[in-house]
Amino acid sequence: MSLLEIKNLHAVVDGKQILNGLNLTVERGQVAAIMGPNGSGKSTLSYVLAGRPGYEVTQGEILLNGENLLGLDPDVRAAKGVFLAFQYPMEVPGVATMTFLRTALNAQRKARGESELTTPEFLKRVREAAAQLGISQEMLRRGVNVGFSGGEKKRNEILQMAMLEPKLAILDETDSGLDIDALKIVSDGVNRLRAPDRGMIVITHYQRLLDYIVPDVVHVLWKGRVVKTGGKELAHELEAKGYAEFQGEAA
Amino acid sequence: MTATVRPIRAVKTAAEAALADTYAAAKALLPGLPAAREQAFRRFEAQGLPHRRVEAWKYTDLRALMRDAKPLAAPPGAEAKARAKQGGAIFASVEARRLVFVDGAFVPELSDLSAEAGLSIMPMAQALASGDALVARHVGQVLDIDDPAVALNTALMGDGIVIKVAAGATVARPVMIVFAHSGERPVSVFTRSLVVVEPKAKLTLVETHEGAADDQINAVMELIVGDDAEVDHLKIAANRKGALQVATLIVSIGARAKFNDFAGATGGSVTRNQIFARLAGENAVCHFSGANLLQGHQHVDTTLVVEHVRPGCESRELYKSVLDGESRGVFQGRITVQAEAQKTDARMATHALLLSENAEADAKPELEIFADDVQCGHGATAGALDEDLLFYLKARGIPPKEAEALMVTAFVGEVVERVAHEGLRDSLLAAADGWLQARSA
Repeated sequence: MSLLEIKNLHAVVDGKQILNGLNLTVERGQVAAIMGPNGSGKSTLSYVLAGRPGYEVTQGEILLNGENLLGLDPDVRAAKGVFLAFQYPMEVPGVATMTFLRTALNAQRKARGESELTTPEFLKRVREAAAQLGISQEMLRRGVNVGFSGGEKKRNEILQMAMLEPKLAILDETDSGLDIDALKIVSDGVNRLRAPDRGMIVITHYQRLLDYIVPDVVHVLWKGRVVKTGGKELAHELEAKGYAEFQGEAA
Repeated sequence: MTATVRPIRAVKTAAEAALADTYAAAKALLPGLPAAREQAFRRFEAQGLPHRRVEAWKYTDLRALMRDAKPLAAPPGAEAKARAKQGGAIFASVEARRLVFVDGAFVPELSDLSAEAGLSIMPMAQALASGDALVARHVGQVLDIDDPAVALNTALMGDGIVIKVAAGATVARPVMIVFAHSGERPVSVFTRSLVVVEPKAKLTLVETHEGAADDQINAVMELIVGDDAEVDHLKIAANRKGALQVATLIVSIGARAKFNDFAGATGGSVTRNQIFARLAGENAVCHFSGANLLQGHQHVDTTLVVEHVRPGCESRELYKSVLDGESRGVFQGRITVQAEAQKTDARMATHALLLSENAEADAKPELEIFADDVQCGHGATAGALDEDLLFYLKARGIPPKEAEALMVTAFVGEVVERVAHEGLRDSLLAAADGWLQARSA
């Protein structure tokens, strides 16, 4: 059984059909890149996977470890191992990053019937993960993402991912707004989290990110469907030639 | 030819008639200041209970809300006193000097009257009866307030606390006035307190009001913050369902003084918090803040009048309400900057978080500025929880109720953070947490 199987997925946002029969499989241990032009449905796919309200699935199914995710609330999906690193991480004034991480981690553990982490255990894990990402203790005490730069927000997303240890991580344009140094830090963070039992979907416009997070497979998304699948060299090809060859594809 | 013009008054309501009877029957027995009481009662009688056509009381129509007037409370018996030991539970973990009242009467045996240098404490009833000089000089005279609830309090005031902190003294522990109620039967309580903090003295003062079901509470505190003094004042309305409370703070703030006021409400059916503040000296710094957590049909009205009189003062007003069920949160705030009060820096904000479709928030901020070199601003918002933020929290595995609680805590946390005393602050956060847990249960 694959980690993730998406079959014939159709989704509507604001009355507009965005996903049109999307098929996609992600295996455990695999990093799958999804590339595609603006409006091809990349972000919609990420939100549909995470269960964002307003993203209505009209047809098809999403199976995580063989279990249908559709109809489950976002928090239930998260406890089952779905993690979305947001393209635009939100600011949560008044909720310290530390509190946020602990609340999230313990809620997931509770939902899975696991015991909560003790305070020293939790602190040890946060400190280690934060240090690797260059996130200071002061930032952990601040409100989530409040006053953070674009790069700091993305690092904070990876910190959350490191703490929550998802089965399926979806990184939605994690490279957007990052300079080359920040891109390296974030990519190193992601690469450390590659694991035999974890699958990742890396959504990006640009091949650049894939020099740092080298994918096992590249899928091309066009008008809400996967129209081509290939190895990492496909990313270079797209970078050179663009998406012109798909112009004739029917929706 | 002379014509006699008499103010037109509607026929007395049942509550107004009962208050008149109460005053007539009690006035011979009430302690001290008979002339002031008589004058105040006439003033009240001329206006009657305030109603929606009285602008300052527009949102809290006491005439409609008070169907009757409860009888004055009798002195508490042994049983009532025994029950009052639970009073002030919200701050149970705070090391404080507790002064306990039951049904508006001071109970010395439940109070901490140990001596402390620079601190004088006397029950108001005793001070009034004995013609105490401090009381004679200040009661009803800290500011000139024309308000029917204050007038009624002056007419019927029974007990309360009189505190004086001598110049330069720092009171070690917070002074906590616990207004406990027996709940034996619904009663009216008119407490009056006077706190005089002399120049360069420091005091943290806490009031908790714990009215029983259907009690009617009219509590007035007059406070003088001397030049260079530092006073933190906290007032919690934790009355039971059915209780109606009008709590008034009248405060005069001296030059270079620091004054922080916090008012919180989680209980009671109707709570009116009124604050009349006069920044009477130069360069004072004052923070007025409040947080209300309401549900059911609760109604809380915060009405604040801050007057900047002298130059260089700073005031910050921040009030937040979390409104669930069919509750209603009202904020009326007026900052007046007199012509002489140049370089005033005043910012007022009120924010309401609506957790239900049927909750209501009313905000009426006003600035009245007669000086030309000032910085003043105000802002008001009302809205539901941000759906996008909720999704972000849920996407991390936080269940909906917990995500909501986290956001509500963050919302009120901004105000509670202003409370300087750590123990009091932690107790307030714990109370907010308790409210949220009860809500999601």
